[in-house]
Amino acid sequence: MNTQPNHANDPSLLELWYNGGLDLTDHLYIPVEDEPQPAEKYRPKHNDAVFARHLYRYARVFNVAGTVLCILFSLLMILTVANLPAYGDPDAPTVNEVAERYVEQGTAETGAVNTVAGMILDYRAFDTLGESFVLFTAVAAVTILMERKPKKKVRRAEVISYAEDDIVRVVSRFVIPIVLVFGVYILLNGHLSPGGGFSGGAIMAAAPILYAMVWGDEQASRVFTARRIRTVVVCALGFYCAAKSYSFFTGANHLPSIISTGTPGNIFSAGLIMPLNVAVGLVVCCTMYSFYMYFRRGSI
Amino acid sequence: MSFVQNFPFFTIILSLICAVVSFVLSKNASKWVSVALLSISSVLNLAVLVYCSQNNTDFTYMMGHFPAPWGNELAAGVFESLMALLFAFVMLMSILGGASHVEHDVAKQRRHLYWVMVDLTHAALMALCYTNDIFTGYVFIEVCTIASCALLAVRGGGRVLIASVRYMIFALVGSGLFLMGVVFTYSITGHLLFPQLREAIALLWRDGSYRLSMTVAIGLMSVGLAIKAGLFPFHFWLPSAHGRATTATSGILSGVIVKGYLFLLIKIIYRVVGVEVFHASGVQNVLLIFGVAAMVFCSAAAVGSRRLKTMVAYSSAAQIGYMFMGLGMGTEAALIAVFFQIISHALTKPMLFLASSSLMDSCGGHQDFRSLRGAGHRNKPAGFLFTVGALSMVGIPMFIGFIPKLHFASAAFGMGWRTWAVLGALVISTLLNVLYFLYTAMLLWLPVNDDNRPSFNGKSAWRHAAPGLALAVLGMAIGLQSAPLAQLLQQGIALFCR
Repeated sequence: MNTQPNHANDPSLLELWYNGGLDLTDHLYIPVEDEPQPAEKYRPKHNDAVFARHLYRYARVFNVAGTVLCILFSLLMILTVANLPAYGDPDAPTVNEVAERYVEQGTAETGAVNTVAGMILDYRAFDTLGESFVLFTAVAAVTILMERKPKKKVRRAEVISYAEDDIVRVVSRFVIPIVLVFGVYILLNGHLSPGGGFSGGAIMAAAPILYAMVWGDEQASRVFTARRIRTVVVCALGFYCAAKSYSFFTGANHLPSIISTGTPGNIFSAGLIMPLNVAVGLVVCCTMYSFYMYFRRGSI
Repeated sequence: MSFVQNFPFFTIILSLICAVVSFVLSKNASKWVSVALLSISSVLNLAVLVYCSQNNTDFTYMMGHFPAPWGNELAAGVFESLMALLFAFVMLMSILGGASHVEHDVAKQRRHLYWVMVDLTHAALMALCYTNDIFTGYVFIEVCTIASCALLAVRGGGRVLIASVRYMIFALVGSGLFLMGVVFTYSITGHLLFPQLREAIALLWRDGSYRLSMTVAIGLMSVGLAIKAGLFPFHFWLPSAHGRATTATSGILSGVIVKGYLFLLIKIIYRVVGVEVFHASGVQNVLLIFGVAAMVFCSAAAVGSRRLKTMVAYSSAAQIGYMFMGLGMGTEAALIAVFFQIISHALTKPMLFLASSSLMDSCGGHQDFRSLRGAGHRNKPAGFLFTVGALSMVGIPMFIGFIPKLHFASAAFGMGWRTWAVLGALVISTLLNVLYFLYTAMLLWLPVNDDNRPSFNGKSAWRHAAPGLALAVLGMAIGLQSAPLAQLLQQGIALFCR
């Protein structure tokens, strides 16, 4: 990382211009770093520290102005919401042919008993593809910000391990598999009952996080290595992209698709929805776990 | 259905796949993946542009097996493909020109993630260009926000992190307001796709029902996108974000990302709300006033800035004011001027950032105006590029920056008080531009005695300047011969404002 020189005392264009800085007789270049900097005249104007000081000085004004602005904005929002159609109103504009088809023909057209799953993973699958990439972007951004080499030697007092406690150890041995199985159930059953990739993945992520809390980060990072997590995310998202590209391409070009909806209600039905739920769930699970580890120790 | 109609979808999905693959590749491989992706995407978008312009048509593309009000949709016409082509090409030139700085500024272990973020930004921009669905727009705004903040923060260091936190806060406020606008719009219309929304909004406005919610929703969406584009009272994040980033990021942030949001706003105004409703809601005048204010105040701030890149970034904020001013004028002639301004700024500003970085390198990393004196002699290609960019920004005839100013001025007549506001702002902004850009360009060519300078190896200067030169040549070509582009924009407007 390069350090940026301090430009607090540099003249602005206006000052140069005003002081006749375009002096053509002055051919001598004076290196900036050698210039004597009079300490008493050091008055940076565009400096973040000074900005902060100004901020504190005018904090009261800002507070008052901010409060007034927030109140006005809240009033406007309340008026606007009062002007919206009532919640659950059968005559509301949102109750139209779009929602009607989702509810009435959703199961027949997508094969998913759970209408929400049919909606987000089949009717409006492109939005959900974007949502999964929001997660992926977030993982990559957190990796950029937090990735650093883990401290070589961790002082004994900093290592928090609850595994020495009998109760915690025994209970977590029972709880972790149950959490995992419950998450998998929600994931696999997403097209049949409420649930799906986002919620199932979040539940599944609780298991490795609990494991890391009980048996310590070192042990957890030996099991869930960065490489494994990366492989899972890349495979899941790659499968998601490939599957949906096929579906979008055949749909847009009116080609026959080999994916059938199956019998609604069976576990293997609803075409791509179940595998996509699994892919989304894996991405969510890895995202949650890597967030936990990054914020905890700065690496997976 | 022609095979070309698949290309908008291909550009989006290809960049998503490249982002995922680059996540596990080495830093060099992922860089070449990005370069290849942007080149392919430019070619595909060019093909779509040629297809739409030759057949004088636009088309919608069904994403999946369900038609419009139920499934997602992409739409492509002359404007969409022209913007997508511009974005892909400018991004390509920015990363080619800034690649050596990326290697210097970004730590080794996270460099491959930089290229992942470039791919994701490109995916989001393509989706913003081609989407025909307001919620898809929101989702990819989010991708774009996070990816662009990461592109900025990847450089590391205190000031850069402060700049990126500021940028993140403003960008998230903008997305939040936009999302609220989308929610309000959905609950009073029941649709998310542009054509259906437009019908429903026109009907509601004629009825007069939900008038307040509609006005607030239009206002929230416009203000949200204006904050993200850096319009005047919300531009405080912009100079530090654009000025502190690594060169390639500066080019991407100023050249394309701001315009991605702006283009989505144009689509919302013309294809969702409808320009009549937008005019009647009063938001138009707000945009005009703030646009004019941006042109004056940000140009004045540029004169007062102490660092070269901050000055260039403030000039971006002023140029964004021009674009919003054009949207506030609301006529078709003004819209053509806005597109000329988008193209002109997207070609010129990354070039200026590339040139500024090279000039800084030749002055030992300093970018105050005293150190930069005579820098053009040391790094001739960069000095040449900066001079071309400065002349273009001032609006000297023959350079590309002159064309939008001409169109803005000729579109302004016969609009009452707006005429005076627009013409006055154009004059003041141009005078201030002369003051800071031409002055800096002259400063670069002052004769100096170079003995005391830190050493600079100028051998690779031409190679580094090649992408900037490509942008400059394209800009000069448009500046000398703008009639074909004007014709293309006329054709686009006929398709766009149907």
